Amino acid sequence: MASGTELTPTSYMSHHLTNLTSSLGDGAFWTLHVDTLVMSILLGIMSFGFLWWVVRGATSGVPGKRQAFVELAVEFIDEQVKSTFHGDRHAFVAPAALTVFVWVLMMNTMDLLPIDIMAKVYEMLGLHNWRSVPTTDINTTFALALSVWLLMIFFNVKVKGLGGWTHELVCTPFGKNPLLWPVNILFNLVEYVSKPLSHSLRLYGNIYAGEIIFLLIGMWAATGLAGTIFGTLLGAGWAIFHILIVTLQAFIFMMLTVVYLSMAHESH
Amino acid sequence: MNINFTLFSQAMAFAVFIWFTVKFVWPPLLRAIETRQKTIADGLAAGERGKHDLELASHRSADLVRDAKQRAADIITQAEKRAAEIVEEAKSSAKDEGDRILVGAKAEVEQEVFRARESLRQQVAELAVAGASKILRREVDANAHADLLTSIKAEL
Repeated sequence: MASGTELTPTSYMSHHLTNLTSSLGDGAFWTLHVDTLVMSILLGIMSFGFLWWVVRGATSGVPGKRQAFVELAVEFIDEQVKSTFHGDRHAFVAPAALTVFVWVLMMNTMDLLPIDIMAKVYEMLGLHNWRSVPTTDINTTFALALSVWLLMIFFNVKVKGLGGWTHELVCTPFGKNPLLWPVNILFNLVEYVSKPLSHSLRLYGNIYAGEIIFLLIGMWAATGLAGTIFGTLLGAGWAIFHILIVTLQAFIFMMLTVVYLSMAHESH
Repeated sequence: MNINFTLFSQAMAFAVFIWFTVKFVWPPLLRAIETRQKTIADGLAAGERGKHDLELASHRSADLVRDAKQRAADIITQAEKRAAEIVEEAKSSAKDEGDRILVGAKAEVEQEVFRARESLRQQVAELAVAGASKILRREVDANAHADLLTSIKAEL
């Protein structure tokens, strides 16, 4: 926007969809999306710092409103995990689910910040390209999904043993018959590849699409006063609807995490 | 949409946040919640126990009242029976006493009658002797005819 050149829809869109990068070495891989990283870590510190602050002063007596709010969230997650995961959920799975839900929800919620005002604010801070929503960066969703995937493999090995897991890969879901082994392996391979893909792309796609729609609505402002008013109404409507998507996607991501980790704990 | 090193940095951040939540956020809150749940459960149990105790106590008091009523009724019945007995005893003893007095009176009357008859007999004998001596004057000696007079007295 402040590029000085004529503003076209393409440049408007691409401006909003370009990350602030920092190069760590040679090659495209060694770049870092500074905005994604800073925003996500900032949000993480804020939300988990808040949780920690509340929890440190937690009382087993009558809770205050702040503690009641946190307990509500925690018990909501705990309830979901309890219905899916049958083991000692308090050791890892439930707190991990809480982490996923809170963090993803916070990152998704950044989508509701008014994009152009935020761009102006960042511009004032000297940041020409700065994307507020870490979950519109595929690196974030892949990072989360792959971490869950690695945890899944870790728990598979931990619970069933390397032999048990291999047995499961080779002999399920179709049967023990050696003739079926290749089919089983192929099936499991597809499953293990599709899990992180669908897990990460679902979140990424929804939030990214939401942002694109905000940008498209924002372009109404280029058509004059009537267009601006119309765009405002549309933007408000989409933002209200987006509250649902933001929460729902965070919930789905959390539930899938719990389901994948539960499946890793259960033998067939 | 390009995969780069951001992925690893995000994954590391994720790992740190999970570790933090597992270690510092979840356990204390869970402890607080579980302690409160226990407190509430204890409170509910105590309330239940109190209700049960109250029920038992009210049963016991009802029993006591019923018992006391029963005993009071028994005592009244016994007292009434005793009163009736006393009245009966008094009646019969009074009757006995009356009978005894009556018998005594009768015996006295008979005795009195007997005594009157004796004295009457004596007086009649004396009157007869006086009459006879008047009639016979000197011819009859009271001492000489005592045998005769005695036999006449016996015949009367």
